[in-house]
Amino acid sequence: MNRRGMVVIGAGPAGLAAAIAAKQQGIGDVLVVEREDYAGGLLHQCIHDGFGLHRFREELTGPEYAERYIAMARKEEIEILTGTGVLDILESDGGKRLYMLSERRGLIEVEARAVVLAMGCREKNRGNVNIPGSRPAGIMTAGLAQRMVNLEGYLPGREIVILGSGDIGLIMARRMTWEGARVRAVVEIQPYPGGLNRNIVQCLNDFHIPLYLSHSITDIRGDSRLEAVEISPIDAGREPRDRGRFVVPCDTLLLSVGLVPENELSLKAGVELDPVTQGPVVDSSLMTSVEGIFACGNVLHVHDIVDYVSEDAEICGITAARFVRGGLDRGSEVEVRAGNLVRYVLPSRVRSGEGARLSLRPILPAENAVLTVKDGDEVLYRRKYRKVYPSGMLRVPVPRVPEHSGRLEVGFTLAPEGSGAPDGESGSDSFGGEAGSEAV
Amino acid sequence: MDRRNPGMSVTLICIVCPVGCELTVSHDDERIIEVRGARCGRGGEYAEREVFHPERIVTTTVRIRRASVPLVPVRTSRAIARNRTFEVLEQASQLWCTAPVRAGQVLSTDIAGTGADLVATRALEEVPPPHSG
Repeated sequence: MNRRGMVVIGAGPAGLAAAIAAKQQGIGDVLVVEREDYAGGLLHQCIHDGFGLHRFREELTGPEYAERYIAMARKEEIEILTGTGVLDILESDGGKRLYMLSERRGLIEVEARAVVLAMGCREKNRGNVNIPGSRPAGIMTAGLAQRMVNLEGYLPGREIVILGSGDIGLIMARRMTWEGARVRAVVEIQPYPGGLNRNIVQCLNDFHIPLYLSHSITDIRGDSRLEAVEISPIDAGREPRDRGRFVVPCDTLLLSVGLVPENELSLKAGVELDPVTQGPVVDSSLMTSVEGIFACGNVLHVHDIVDYVSEDAEICGITAARFVRGGLDRGSEVEVRAGNLVRYVLPSRVRSGEGARLSLRPILPAENAVLTVKDGDEVLYRRKYRKVYPSGMLRVPVPRVPEHSGRLEVGFTLAPEGSGAPDGESGSDSFGGEAGSEAV
Repeated sequence: MDRRNPGMSVTLICIVCPVGCELTVSHDDERIIEVRGARCGRGGEYAEREVFHPERIVTTTVRIRRASVPLVPVRTSRAIARNRTFEVLEQASQLWCTAPVRAGQVLSTDIAGTGADLVATRALEEVPPPHSG
């Protein structure tokens, strides 16, 4: 039996950062298990630049960002088992027993004191968004198209429509254009774009690609291959309207309609999931509801900036290492709740008597939004944001959670235009100050 | 997206970093008169470039022999004139390289006469051919 202090599942940016941090904390035998034949995860297919501004103060491409972490892992002599999938995590006397399958080595059993989940997320597909119409070839997720174009050398089509204006969809609009395809439309059901403004400029406007906000695809036409999509305006009640409906001929439809944490393995291990993030419920040490199982990166909640994935994963590696050494004192913890206009906040518990860092997303886009972290009536943190978007994750430091805290509530109030900035960091802005870089 | 308009003001979204400041730029045919809305000094430089000679970093792939994957990702070593983008892409699509390749290795100098080099962004080791011997 192969015994380890820690096993990390996934060698993407989260898994590598967690493993490096754990090794530096003295977990010499940390093992990283990776399904693909190489470490680095999704970053290898994100060949565009925009990563690492926050972490390295440099603008890197996805592969360059991955190379930095692969080099660090190599320097720390971290063992990475590639081409290997984890099938199951079971309770055992020594902690956890993992069953893995590798093409080269067959079934592998490993005992570990702690397990770090870092499996990442996957894209929603046609079935998740219920697009009516026929079922021809030529419909795929934007990330799959990205993999085909950037890693495998295939062009999935020539006449493209993209549903969803998240960053992956926008990046693929430019990529397909650069590879000689024609992107006829990007269609977004919301009244605002899902991706960063800079990507609207450099991926759509540079090529005069039309972006249809408050529109959706209401029919898919074609027999063996996609021939056209029907695009309809969406009214305030989210119902498609007949007036203004039009048809765009195309051979390929790319879907960029959101990401979901990949938690099949977590569920099998008995880990409790949060219905909003669809990732594990975690405490301040990023430990899940199952003792000894930790989670970080996009398997925990979908991040929009890889730099923050690395940062959180490092914390996870450190706390998991502390657990392995038997020193993880859960102490006294305080519940954290999402209040007004907050879609979710993580972690769901923080340690009292210490500082904490919270990650959260607003429900709606808003201007002049004041975020407060409150313990009853006491305001622990307050900050005004000129603009907030659901697509922009906010990270706030809580200086110190009081020992006597009952429960923390994180919520927004909307200040009327022109009212002075309240206490807190005056003039600070949602993305200003801690400008990160782009989504993976 | 040529929004030049002599003696007029244009609105640009700065793309230097993900903050994406909305810049209000007034300019004439030759020079920038004023840039408002930039939250850092790079916004002014961006506005000047974007109005008179827009530049972009180009990232694409180059075919590679004897590696485990068929393509190596590449980038231009610096931003190039935006209107030269498709010439750079066309030249990159004609190139071949052979593993091993280092991240940061120059695969083609002065690509399409832009003055920028084409640089590999991923390290790829040499692997034995699949059906040798």
